[in-house]
Amino acid sequence: MSWLTKFLTSSIGRKLIMSLTGLFLILFLVVHLAGNLQLLINDQGSSFNGYAYMMTHNPLIKVIAFGNYFFIILHAIQGIMIALANRKAKGSKYAVSTNATASWSSKNMAILGTLILAFICIHMGDFWYKMKFTDQLAMVSVDGMDMQVKDLYSQVKNTFSTWWLVLIYLVGLATLAFHLWHGFQSSFQSLGINHKKYTPFIQSVGKIFSIVIPLGFAIIPIIYFADAMEWINYFS
Amino acid sequence: MKLDAKEPAGELDEKWTKYRSTMNLVAPNNKRRIDIIVVGTGLAGAAAAATLGELGYNVKAFTFHDSPRRAHSIAAQGGINAAKNYQNDGDSVYRLFYDTIKGGDYRSRESNVHRLAEVSRNIIDQCVAQGVPFAREYGGLLANRSFGGVQVSRTFYARGQTGQQLLLGAYQSLSRQIALGNVEMYNRHEMLDLVKIDGKARGIIARNLLTGKLEKFAAHCVVLATGGYGNVFYLSTNAMTSNVTASWRAVRKGALMANPCYTQIHPTCIPVSGDYQSKLTLMSESLRNDGRVWVPKKVEDAKAIQQGKKTGLDIPEADRDYYLERRYPAFGNLVPRDVASRAAKVACDEGKGVAPTGLAVFLDFASAFERYGKSKALSAGINNPDKATITKLGKEVIEEKYGNLFQMYEKISGENPYEYPMKIYPAVHYTMGGLWVDYNLETNVPGLFALGEANFSDHGANRLGASALMQGLADGYFVIPYTIGQFLSQEIRTEKIETSAPEFEVALKETKAQLQKLIDIKGNQSVESFHKRLGKIMWDYCGMARNAEGLKKGRQMIRELRAEFWKDVFVPGTADEFNTELEKAGRVADFMELGETMILDALDRNESCGGHFREEYTENGEAKRNDEDYTYVAAWEWDDNEPIVHKEALTFKNVELKTRSYK
Amino acid sequence: MNLTLKVWRQNNAQAKGQFETHQVVASEHMSFLEMLDVLNETLISEKKSPVVFAHDCREGICGTCNLVINGRAHGPQKGTTVCQLHMRAFKDGDTIVVEPWRAAAFPVIKDLMVDRSSLDKIIQAGGYISVNTGQAQDANDIPIGKDVASQAFDAATCIGCGACVAACPNGSAMLFTSAKVAHLGLLPQGEVEAEARVQSMVNQMDEEGFGMCSNTGACEAECPKEISISNIAMLNRQYMASVLGSKTGV
Repeated sequence: MSWLTKFLTSSIGRKLIMSLTGLFLILFLVVHLAGNLQLLINDQGSSFNGYAYMMTHNPLIKVIAFGNYFFIILHAIQGIMIALANRKAKGSKYAVSTNATASWSSKNMAILGTLILAFICIHMGDFWYKMKFTDQLAMVSVDGMDMQVKDLYSQVKNTFSTWWLVLIYLVGLATLAFHLWHGFQSSFQSLGINHKKYTPFIQSVGKIFSIVIPLGFAIIPIIYFADAMEWINYFS
Repeated sequence: MKLDAKEPAGELDEKWTKYRSTMNLVAPNNKRRIDIIVVGTGLAGAAAAATLGELGYNVKAFTFHDSPRRAHSIAAQGGINAAKNYQNDGDSVYRLFYDTIKGGDYRSRESNVHRLAEVSRNIIDQCVAQGVPFAREYGGLLANRSFGGVQVSRTFYARGQTGQQLLLGAYQSLSRQIALGNVEMYNRHEMLDLVKIDGKARGIIARNLLTGKLEKFAAHCVVLATGGYGNVFYLSTNAMTSNVTASWRAVRKGALMANPCYTQIHPTCIPVSGDYQSKLTLMSESLRNDGRVWVPKKVEDAKAIQQGKKTGLDIPEADRDYYLERRYPAFGNLVPRDVASRAAKVACDEGKGVAPTGLAVFLDFASAFERYGKSKALSAGINNPDKATITKLGKEVIEEKYGNLFQMYEKISGENPYEYPMKIYPAVHYTMGGLWVDYNLETNVPGLFALGEANFSDHGANRLGASALMQGLADGYFVIPYTIGQFLSQEIRTEKIETSAPEFEVALKETKAQLQKLIDIKGNQSVESFHKRLGKIMWDYCGMARNAEGLKKGRQMIRELRAEFWKDVFVPGTADEFNTELEKAGRVADFMELGETMILDALDRNESCGGHFREEYTENGEAKRNDEDYTYVAAWEWDDNEPIVHKEALTFKNVELKTRSYK
Repeated sequence: MNLTLKVWRQNNAQAKGQFETHQVVASEHMSFLEMLDVLNETLISEKKSPVVFAHDCREGICGTCNLVINGRAHGPQKGTTVCQLHMRAFKDGDTIVVEPWRAAAFPVIKDLMVDRSSLDKIIQAGGYISVNTGQAQDANDIPIGKDVASQAFDAATCIGCGACVAACPNGSAMLFTSAKVAHLGLLPQGEVEAEARVQSMVNQMDEEGFGMCSNTGACEAECPKEISISNIAMLNRQYMASVLGSKTGV
């Protein structure tokens, strides 16, 4: 076995892969949220649709996107394999289970991760697939561009007017929050970054991050649904 | 039988160096052909097995534990002595030698003790190189503290877990040799018999505790490092499975048990709280550096405390008797263990004990809180601190020094020792007696060696604090690797010893028969209940204070108990399976025979010395030695009816025999 | 106090185990193991086979005792081995569930006793400093800072009981392994072979069938010697550095 395979298949190497892909996906969440927040600009989706076009046509972003898909899949497969190996290593379970020694989310990362994966599939089917591989979306013009682009904005509006889809999104984001609650600080520990001086800081940032980011995402379906139900008049 | 100690000739301080440079060696190519069995993998055994493996011998090491790291050496708390003189306080090899001889009440061999003092320095070097995290000063150099019976600071320590750290060092060295294939490790194997061929020790019968199978192991020689026999008292600071079986089976095969009556009763243990108690817990002697021992002056105060109407805090300073400071002003609270223990017994016998059982004295840190608190306040720049601040700061210093011990005390007793003075009482802790060995650590059976607490060699009638770790490691690392060559150099032409020899078969059959006999009794009393009764007899008649009448009575009681045991013990299960009760039964049977020998030894020794205190032989309440008649090692040959004593005369050329005085 | 004990009984590693219920009368001053002694004496008096549990020093240092009590390795008290746990921690009338360590790398031998020789193998793989007897220089030749020695001690205080593995939902031995790697790696004497050590110890740990660390922190919470998971981070760091940034290219 080459040193690299040996390294990457060792218990620590495998956790390193989880940690690095996890941190990449954390970064991705930030970028994704920044883009999505354009949905809250009251311009009939003009900036969002322009942004969506850019994301699907810029060559550099295309490359990064492929990296992103790869890391999601790697993170998921590796995570499931680790969970299975760990279940085997544990053998049998205790008759009395306790939550006194470790947080609930830290012990359920695999379940949380699987739910998130399912959510990602639904989410990508709703938007990404329709945007990239179908002609279901209407063509609209946007400010500052001399060509027409696909109207993803209306698709968002449409989706988030259905209550059960909104519910799926909210549950998915809550799952993400729990996953991040442990995952954020855990990825640093796996990288070997643990120090009396700055670990408390990392942990606090992780907790804030795991609440703020999913909440940021969650605001969008909530507002769109409220608008559709005419509880509020956000876009008028 | 003539006991030849084989002490080398020459001046005391040159004996070992000269002997070491002139002794017979085994060439590397021959070492590869020689097998050595090491039984026991505590400090002495692990150190010996590792070192002999490094030298190139084929070593087979045995422990009844699941891992060598469990040996009871791990529980030693306080520290390890070495004549390094790092503190520049007047220590030297001679002084350590002298302190040990004097501390042992002039009942040990000069040459052995001097060698111990010499190699003590190498031990510290070796352990530091192995990664033992000894306590250090801010400058990065090693720290020391002082222990009972000495006036210098020569004790190296790793918080209150020195034994653990030293054992792990030896265990790691042993693990390295196991990985290299130089040592074959047999965990969960208990030695049940010694096999002799043509009078020489050539192997053992061991029981695989997991399967119950008896197995034969052969070698050119056998090294026993199987610890002490304090558990003969049932309640002691020893671990639950510490036992005398390996040594005792060797005795039954002709080895001699030397000075069995020398038992060390440690003065600072957590008092007994009830009948169900399974063991006693030691509080390190280092606590006596800072704690002051006292009892109430008035019996009525003690009564009130016993009944829970008062606590130690309610007794005013004027009504407290700091009896060690009063009786022994020169050493105060740091008198040797035997002296401190007896003084506690005297106080409790006078009715001044401070536990509900009446068997406890106070170990009080209040003045240490004050002393350290003042100095800490000063260095923290606090002017005119109030009493509360001083006490608080002082408690912090004490916590830093003894935190884990205080925590342990609170867990066991349920009382906070930072608020109330600790209660302590003496308990059986260490046995100075053991297999008789000569200067080479070889017993009277050729090819059978004994190391560490299992031998009798270095501590005389009383061991000084922090010297057990020193002796165990000295024997294992720096003595046996040399002296074993004296025997093995004669064996290089001996073919590999085979377990097919008839002697192995005979021993195996006998062992099997004994195990089956225990199973077949099918009586009504548990092994544990016999052990408890044995312990009570030993404690009552052969404990801290002994007299001829009691000893004779005790012997009779043990003989009766032994007869009852072999008629009425109940051992569940079979001999061919994992059976903890059967293991215990064999050990208790051996303890009963040993106990009787201890009593005989105590009866034979008509004097008081060290851990052996005969009520008939005292002077002004202090122990009275009889150098004229008893300056000898009593080595006992076992006989089912009447064990026989052999004597090795001790000669002192370098120290003057004086009445041990700590006043 | 009157207690109901549900104790795990299992004849050997292959056998299927089950809980057995017993009533025990105990005193609050007893240690947990002394309470089990009482149970065993009763069983023996009824000519039944006693419950096998591992124990030895009964002062919290040998690392032999290992029970999971009501789902907690070494019971409910922080920083305490079972042998130091006293019945004061329970109430009259309590039902107490006692199980063995559960991990694939710790097969049950009998009842509550498990085989932990896999931990020995990890040490044999490199948990030592390669120095033969007699080779050492003077102990004070290499000064070691008080704080460094103290940190090394904190890691070295591990008693090898395996509570970390037992408490870990993944059956991982990372805390055990990291404690030894940290202890030796922090000291100048041990630093010399630190790279080789960390690699072979981690390889052995993986080979023994222990799970992978997912940083739940359960090990740290249950460790009777309160060893910190910052040691695990140090192990991760040292392992990666030993592979990716080794001084010699090995």
